[in-house]
Amino acid sequence: KSVKKGFDFTLMVAGESGLGKSTLVNSLFLTDLYKDRKLLNAEERITQTVEITKHTVDIEEKGVKLKLTIVDTPGFGDAIDNTECWKSVADYIDQQFEQYFRDESGLNRKNIQDNRVHCCLYFISPFGHGLRPLDVEFMKALHEKVNIVPVLAKADTLTPTEVQKKKIKIREEIEQYGIKIYQFPDCDSDEDEEFKQQDLELKESIPFAVIGSNTVVEAKGKRVRGRLYPWGIVEVENSAHCDFVKLRNMLVRTHMQDLKDVTRETHYENYRAQCIQSMTRMVVKERNRNKLTRESGTDFPIPMGPAVSESETEKLIREKDEEVQHEKNKPVLQLGAGFSQKFQYDFKI
Amino acid sequence: MTENIKEESKADQSLQEDRLEAHAKTEENESKEEAEQVEADLKVQLCEPFPGLQTGLIRSADLFGYVGIESVLDQMRRKTVKAGFEFNIMVVGQSGLGKSTLVNTLFKSKVSRKSSTPNYEEKISKTVRLHAVSHVIEEKGVKMKLTVIDTPGFGDQINNQNCWEPIVKYVNEQYEKYLREELNVNRKRRIPDSRVHCCIYFLPASGHSLRPIDVEFMKRLGKIVNIVPVIAKADTLTVEERQEFKERIRQDLEANGIHVYPQRELDEDPEDRILNDRIRASIPFAVVGTDKEHQVNGHKVLGRKTKWGIIEVENVAHCEFANLRDLLIRSHLQDLKDVAHNVHYETYRVRRLNESNMNLSELTAGLHRCC
Repeated sequence: KSVKKGFDFTLMVAGESGLGKSTLVNSLFLTDLYKDRKLLNAEERITQTVEITKHTVDIEEKGVKLKLTIVDTPGFGDAIDNTECWKSVADYIDQQFEQYFRDESGLNRKNIQDNRVHCCLYFISPFGHGLRPLDVEFMKALHEKVNIVPVLAKADTLTPTEVQKKKIKIREEIEQYGIKIYQFPDCDSDEDEEFKQQDLELKESIPFAVIGSNTVVEAKGKRVRGRLYPWGIVEVENSAHCDFVKLRNMLVRTHMQDLKDVTRETHYENYRAQCIQSMTRMVVKERNRNKLTRESGTDFPIPMGPAVSESETEKLIREKDEEVQHEKNKPVLQLGAGFSQKFQYDFKI
Repeated sequence: MTENIKEESKADQSLQEDRLEAHAKTEENESKEEAEQVEADLKVQLCEPFPGLQTGLIRSADLFGYVGIESVLDQMRRKTVKAGFEFNIMVVGQSGLGKSTLVNTLFKSKVSRKSSTPNYEEKISKTVRLHAVSHVIEEKGVKMKLTVIDTPGFGDQINNQNCWEPIVKYVNEQYEKYLREELNVNRKRRIPDSRVHCCIYFLPASGHSLRPIDVEFMKRLGKIVNIVPVIAKADTLTVEERQEFKERIRQDLEANGIHVYPQRELDEDPEDRILNDRIRASIPFAVVGTDKEHQVNGHKVLGRKTKWGIIEVENVAHCEFANLRDLLIRSHLQDLKDVAHNVHYETYRVRRLNESNMNLSELTAGLHRCC
């Protein structure tokens, strides 16, 4: 039944312009989403603000349908003054949560559309020495709202040693600033060695050093997706050249379900708990006021089912909090591994 | 005019003849020849000192013999070699664009700020500071005092509003220093020149177009200093992408009225124009810098080794580093200094002297008092 209905997945890409975000998206999903895009010139960009754009594409393979939504953030980090340029991004994510929240608490829950952002690929520039102040601020503002997967863009400008050094530095800085990026779930102890090895490699490749390409070139007699330079050909799908294959596998083949689970169980629940808390505080205030003026009944801001008393709401919140904590600590993979194994589709080229 | 000269020559002639007669009569024939020679030589000079200065042009084919004017070049060369010369270059751009590496590669030595500071740590500073490092480079007996001015912190913050101001201030301060030295009553024979002769602006290789911060910076600095924009870390652009990017940048520069070096208005003659047009058609140069050497086909080359090939820095088919080096050092170094002195410095000087609205004597008197 799930296969019939198809899956949906929302991926957000964020980062300064010119880092190859659109090229990578096209390479990942073998699409040409940005065909008619016009690049703005410098004058037009001075007054541009951060927009949020959405492209949806339906991909089908071997009878399995995937509705893929790409959320792009053109204009991010381009202005001279980028203070709070991540605000529109954070607002967008919250909006999607809010919409889902309303839908979930509504009366007709059959056809809820899940537009929540499941994963955010954040593009780090290879030209800097590790994370820039803007990168840190963005990730700190969003790490509790969405799964952040950091990506080292345009990695063909780096030699292998430089890639290693940068990755180590970025991982150190991520820890130093307390940024919670998406954590790959740990393997079960009874998985085979190969799987464990792959998993370990995956964890040590963060941030993924990627190269994207819109063109097909000929290398050693084969036609591959790549970039042709006077000094050689970079093959996008060659794991010796970059981590593109690892990223694609992670996103599409192995961890898609887990990303959705974490979004649902952690980020969304956080949002919901916060929402309820702030609402209850509002409700409490209303209640007190009403007591003074001897008025009965209050208008709850959103339908919450049968009216609950104050202490009960507090209990609800506490329970939810505990549940959330519990979920966070539990090795999530139990269900996830089974799921992804079952629905392992090959998006071959 | 010629009559005067003929008279003079006649007078000379008579003097000579007298002298010669005093010696020996057998040299009469010779003396006659010499006299003719003197007359001929004197005909050459034809400069009227008063109203309507007229200069004639005598080509070397018309000279009757070897005069030796070209030895002036040797004399100049000798003096320059003895005194050495100064060159001040400023590098501006976000951190991590390879500024220090490029400067080291240009001058084939460790002249950047990073190589000069022990225990250097890569940290993004909160404000734009300017850091000048000087080295004396010697090659074949010619000494050059090279000063590299670095601008760490430029464009690195979240809010980069007015991050160009410390740089504008620095450039103007150097002009001011020079101006004061020049106006001094007792001024030094060679005024120490700390003015910025050339500013290399590093553009990240995004492949799109100029960013707002690039436009703002180059607009302001293009008026007071020679700007040479370069595309940094260009090994991420294929040849087509590079061409498109450069074209877009040139369009952006023109649309915003930014004049980079070599400035079109300063071309002096058609020859210059042709040469500079060729340069203008290929700026900004897409460069790659490195200090590591690798073996390629049996020779050692400066390059970057990746899994898919070796990028040779000095190979024009790979990147335009060689073009940049030739422009900056081998062909236009003196021109950069001349433009900086005759155009940018003069503009500053005129503005300052008009501003202060004092006449020269007041200014120098004031200086004398405080010196």
